[in-house]
Amino acid sequence: MSTVAANALGAAGGGLQDVAASEASLRRFLHGLPGVDAVGLEARAASLGTRSIKTTAKAYAIDLAISMIDLTTLEGADTVGKVRALCTKARNPDPSDPGAPRVAAICVYPDMVATAKAALEGTDIQVASVATAFPAGRAALPVKLADTADAVAAGADEIDMVIDRGAFLSGRYLDVFNEIVAVKEACKRPDGTAAHLKVIFETGELQTYDNVRRASWLAMLAGADFIKTSTGKVAVNATPPVTLLMLEAVRDFKAQTGIQVGVKPAGGIKTTKDAMKYLVMVNETLGDDWLTPHWFRFGASSLLNDLLMQRQKLTTGRYSGPDYVTVD
Amino acid sequence: MSDIASRLDAPARIQVSKTYKLYVGGKFPRSESGRVYEVTDSKGQWLANAPLGTRKDARDAVVAARAAVKGWSGTTAYNRGQVLYRVAEMLQGRREQFAAEVATAEGISGKKAAALVDAAIDRWVWYAGWTDKVAQIAGGANPVAGPYFNLSTPEPSGVVGVVAPQSGYGFSFLGLVSAIAPVIATGNTVVVAAAADAPLPALSLGEVLATSDLPGGVVNVISGRTADIAPTLASHQDVNGLDLSGAIAAEGPGSATELEAAAADTLKRVIRPALDQAALDWTNAPGTERLLSFLETKTVWHPMGI
Repeated sequence: MSTVAANALGAAGGGLQDVAASEASLRRFLHGLPGVDAVGLEARAASLGTRSIKTTAKAYAIDLAISMIDLTTLEGADTVGKVRALCTKARNPDPSDPGAPRVAAICVYPDMVATAKAALEGTDIQVASVATAFPAGRAALPVKLADTADAVAAGADEIDMVIDRGAFLSGRYLDVFNEIVAVKEACKRPDGTAAHLKVIFETGELQTYDNVRRASWLAMLAGADFIKTSTGKVAVNATPPVTLLMLEAVRDFKAQTGIQVGVKPAGGIKTTKDAMKYLVMVNETLGDDWLTPHWFRFGASSLLNDLLMQRQKLTTGRYSGPDYVTVD
Repeated sequence: MSDIASRLDAPARIQVSKTYKLYVGGKFPRSESGRVYEVTDSKGQWLANAPLGTRKDARDAVVAARAAVKGWSGTTAYNRGQVLYRVAEMLQGRREQFAAEVATAEGISGKKAAALVDAAIDRWVWYAGWTDKVAQIAGGANPVAGPYFNLSTPEPSGVVGVVAPQSGYGFSFLGLVSAIAPVIATGNTVVVAAAADAPLPALSLGEVLATSDLPGGVVNVISGRTADIAPTLASHQDVNGLDLSGAIAAEGPGSATELEAAAADTLKRVIRPALDQAALDWTNAPGTERLLSFLETKTVWHPMGI
């Protein structure tokens, strides 16, 4: 597997080419990462959440946040009709204002990819599909790879995979690493291009900040294009400290290897205020380079309605209400 | 020595003064602005600091009121009546406090103020009785030319903004109760902009409501400048009705005319203020106008069979 890792990192590996040569070397590297100062991290995340953003800056932030949304529906009760309705909303979030920006992507289960792809034809809105036995990730590797390949074949532009938390927590880092590498391989299309790979850690199940940092480096070493906090299916989802920690890992990885990786907090981000806190965090940690839908996304469903209501408030001067946005 | 000893025997007690707070969503937040303003009695003597509620506080209150609509409008009319009666019981226990606040707010004698508070409690009980009777007078079976049952029932309209009365005999508490009770009796939830110069009875009412069985968010009380809060409620797209009892009748910004125009944008039901509010006497029998103002009529057609 070491050769794959070297390929993933390329020439600009920053001396990390051999990290995944063996279970022992990978463990040595991940456990050699500096420990996380939990109190400092939480204080930093909290202080970045206190900025007051008003008027034109707020309008800019709202439009930026809308353009970064992965509009998500991941319910067992999803229907073709619901996915089409969501795609319509993605194309035209605010029917009363054609100037409202479009969202970045639609995020669905693999069997809905074809539906979403057809409904979004002619736009640059991406179709993201969760895969690898989302959300638990408890399936055999061939099943996970088939799940991924199926979604890619159906036209998915992006794949959101979940890592095997059981393997990660019991210290089998190389298994997790190899799985990510294999899924990345399964993202390749016949024409040589590949679907973007987002790796979900389910940080609510990783127990410690140190584990989040290790998982971040592990996924980036294995070739993740994006690292994502959560599935949205467990009690604890994206939190500001965890996201800040992942942003810092991404920054350090870029500094060491020159490879830029995106970040996607998901789950529990419901209000405009929350979204703006995350944007401040990105700007302060990573800078302008990441403040585009290409490198930062929100995994959310109800967030869009709140952003639209705030947007309407800024344009009309009147507070809007849930009667003036769609029911999803 | 004896002088010092006598002083020690009877230490001067430090008055515990009350921090009045807003009542939003069943909780007692300070204003989002962090600011307060001085409330004086009718002669200009300082009474207390009241929170200076802002547009944002009003917005938060509307969110809380909206969240409470489903539960409150879904309770049975009988249950709503019991809850409102319970509020009257709680008011009875704090009669003296309200009497003192009404006396200072309106500059009337303690005896008159106590009578006004009694009248307010009685009125609350009166409206509690109306909860399961309003459907009979506002709805019913309609005769139609066909084999159908045709039934109309009144339903609450949702969130109602109330600009509390600011003048007239008994405005500070009896007037306030006369504005709030009929709106919630029919299953609506309210956001109250308390009388700017006499907000203390309204803020204390919040404390009573919090300790009765009324679910949080059904009544929300904001004190502050009426000119800040009333236009926010009038233009808010998630407010379904507007009681302008305390809005200034004169022309100009924040006037009743302007508020009504803003409310018309979203087709709110509106109660207009009296032309001469100062001449009002809130002890007069209220009638059913306020009960029926914020209702939507739902009509159901049902086939009668062969």
